[in-house]
Amino acid sequence: MKKNILGLCLTVALAGAAQAETVFVTLEKDNALAVVDPVAGKLIKTVEIGQRPRGIAISPDNKLLYVATSDDNTIKIIDAETLKEIGRLPSGEDPETFALNPAGDRLYVSNEDDSQVTVIDISHKKAVKQIKVGVEPEGITASPDNLWVASASETTNMVHWIDTKTNAIVENTLVDPRPRALGFTADSQQLWVTSEMAGTLMILDVKTKQIIKTVKFDVQGVTADKIQPVGVVIDKDRKRGYVALGPANRVAVINAQTFEVEKYLLVGQRVWNLAFSPDQKRLYTTNGTSNDISLIDLEAQTVTKSIGVGTYPWGVAVKP
Amino acid sequence: MRPINLSVQVTLKILLIIHLLSVNFVCAEAKQAVNIAYLTQEQKAPPPLSNLDAFIPNKGVLGAELAIDDNNTTGQFTGQQFVLKKFIVPLDGNVVDTFNKEVGDQYPYVVVNLPADFINKIADLPAAKQKLLFDVATVDDALRNEQCRSNVRHILPNRAMRADALAQYMMKKRWNKWFLVIGATEEDHLFADALRRAAKRFGMKIVEEKNWEHTYDARRTAQSDVAVFTQVDDYDVLVVADEQGQFGEYLEYRTWNARPVIGTQGLVATAWHRTHEQWGAVQIQNRFKDQAGRWMEEQDYAAYLAVRAIGEAATRTKSNDINRLKDYMLSDAFALQGYKGNPLSFRSWDGQLRQPVLLAAPRSLVAVAPIEGFLHPKTELDTLGYDQPESTCKWSK
Repeated sequence: MKKNILGLCLTVALAGAAQAETVFVTLEKDNALAVVDPVAGKLIKTVEIGQRPRGIAISPDNKLLYVATSDDNTIKIIDAETLKEIGRLPSGEDPETFALNPAGDRLYVSNEDDSQVTVIDISHKKAVKQIKVGVEPEGITASPDNLWVASASETTNMVHWIDTKTNAIVENTLVDPRPRALGFTADSQQLWVTSEMAGTLMILDVKTKQIIKTVKFDVQGVTADKIQPVGVVIDKDRKRGYVALGPANRVAVINAQTFEVEKYLLVGQRVWNLAFSPDQKRLYTTNGTSNDISLIDLEAQTVTKSIGVGTYPWGVAVKP
Repeated sequence: MRPINLSVQVTLKILLIIHLLSVNFVCAEAKQAVNIAYLTQEQKAPPPLSNLDAFIPNKGVLGAELAIDDNNTTGQFTGQQFVLKKFIVPLDGNVVDTFNKEVGDQYPYVVVNLPADFINKIADLPAAKQKLLFDVATVDDALRNEQCRSNVRHILPNRAMRADALAQYMMKKRWNKWFLVIGATEEDHLFADALRRAAKRFGMKIVEEKNWEHTYDARRTAQSDVAVFTQVDDYDVLVVADEQGQFGEYLEYRTWNARPVIGTQGLVATAWHRTHEQWGAVQIQNRFKDQAGRWMEEQDYAAYLAVRAIGEAATRTKSNDINRLKDYMLSDAFALQGYKGNPLSFRSWDGQLRQPVLLAAPRSLVAVAPIEGFLHPKTELDTLGYDQPESTCKWSK
């Protein structure tokens, strides 16, 4: 008992020192969820979560985790404290990526093999609509102003603009081949889209739905075919955006005003998805083949730590 | 609201239906049609060499069908409609007649799944002049060089590309001394030529070369012939050219010295393989298997790419005009997603689809060529096969 109290005190003390947030990482090949204390640089524990977990998101109140367990054909609702499963959502087959809307009451799931997006009403645990999109939909995201859901189909090479009021596609934008991930800026004015095959980032204007800028990545000493942009995030002030470059093992830092690439940060192997710390002072990356996550200090713009988490880290979510 | 009498209600409904129908009709009219023909001939099942792999009579066509579906999924957003019309010539039929009489002007794009002998017979027909043919079956180097035609695009990697892919891997492994074993068919000798060319290009040495003249009987071959046949001066790797698979499978584990087997058996160079799952390949493997009920074969992959190439060009140019699509496909802007990492494109000098080549063992993908370290000023993909300065193809667009 004494020991526990001591432990508790110690944790609280550490927490005071540097806001102890928790990082959750899905481990695709371990069928597990890694729970990481990033500030201490430690893997706290690994819990079994289901078959082939990939996409992950945390509810706006930070109480619930949603985890796509692809081979179970469901999205599990997990209590973010106890890490126990408290429900399942009808995601359709083989869910991989999904988007949670800002209100936290709708999930939009890409059903890659069926060329559709499933809209789920979370409170009723019901699929309310299936929207036909292009071939192999993958990346999907909801705009902060709640007006749009953007879905990218990898083989059709399009971004589909879904109106959240009608759950219907209102426009399609042709983009570079194999679009992978997308993210809105905090002001919902721009949509950033990565193309795995062209090695590019495209900035789309939400009003016109047109590409206003294409950024080509070019890393010295890395062949073009290794530059496969995947995850993309943009900070709240739209100062900088970050793109994970897959097997190039780099995260590109992009000036979000000029769209210049400022630098490439070397992280783990096959860097895939990205998440900010709640204060946006750090960025976490999942590194698929080096089995770790990298921690980037965004003020110093340097990689400060890598933390081993398990086999094939895929998605990442952060709880304050 | 005042009740409306029944007949008025019915009339209103009918009017509404007519209205809806006419709108649909207009929409259908407005769709831009891209018509693609698929030409092939039935094949006689070859004598079975093994009971393991059943003869597949429909290689190719199922890939084209999947691609048409993919094109049309895209087409629903772009207002284009892709149509695939299959022309399957019976065993005793005449391919040229079918092409002349049935594949009319409305089909400017023709996916051709026929042996090498037929390609130019078709391509040189007056009816083919205003068409673009996509060869999805041959691996013939001559068709990409001195016999090339400006109205033909070749989808599968030719023998030279395959041999170069193997050579790059052997060079990386430092298997510098090759024992080349060649089968009896003309094709085997063509592949042996490609291997010799690759050996020269990459500075490898063929220390021994032998023609397989033994029996093709599994039991006898396995027992004695291979061990005797492979008693030659020392070598690093046995490179086999046996495209039909008449004896190559029996070499592995039976050579006099313990040496790996590579070429048409053992470690093979191929456009597609069931062990391939990187770069989203697992998705198309699954989609194909769901639809076809079997694994995707090379010709299926090639036919898929051919139809997708037309789709990609039509989508990007918003056109169905053959000249526009042809130009676009040969331009630098064309980038076809082929589930192999690099975007695929056509070589402007010979119409060959530029692509990575998979190096696969029966149950594992060993490497993907171009192998890292083989450099090229324009694209590493052009380290495989006939690069522009080496090409003897002389066609102007």
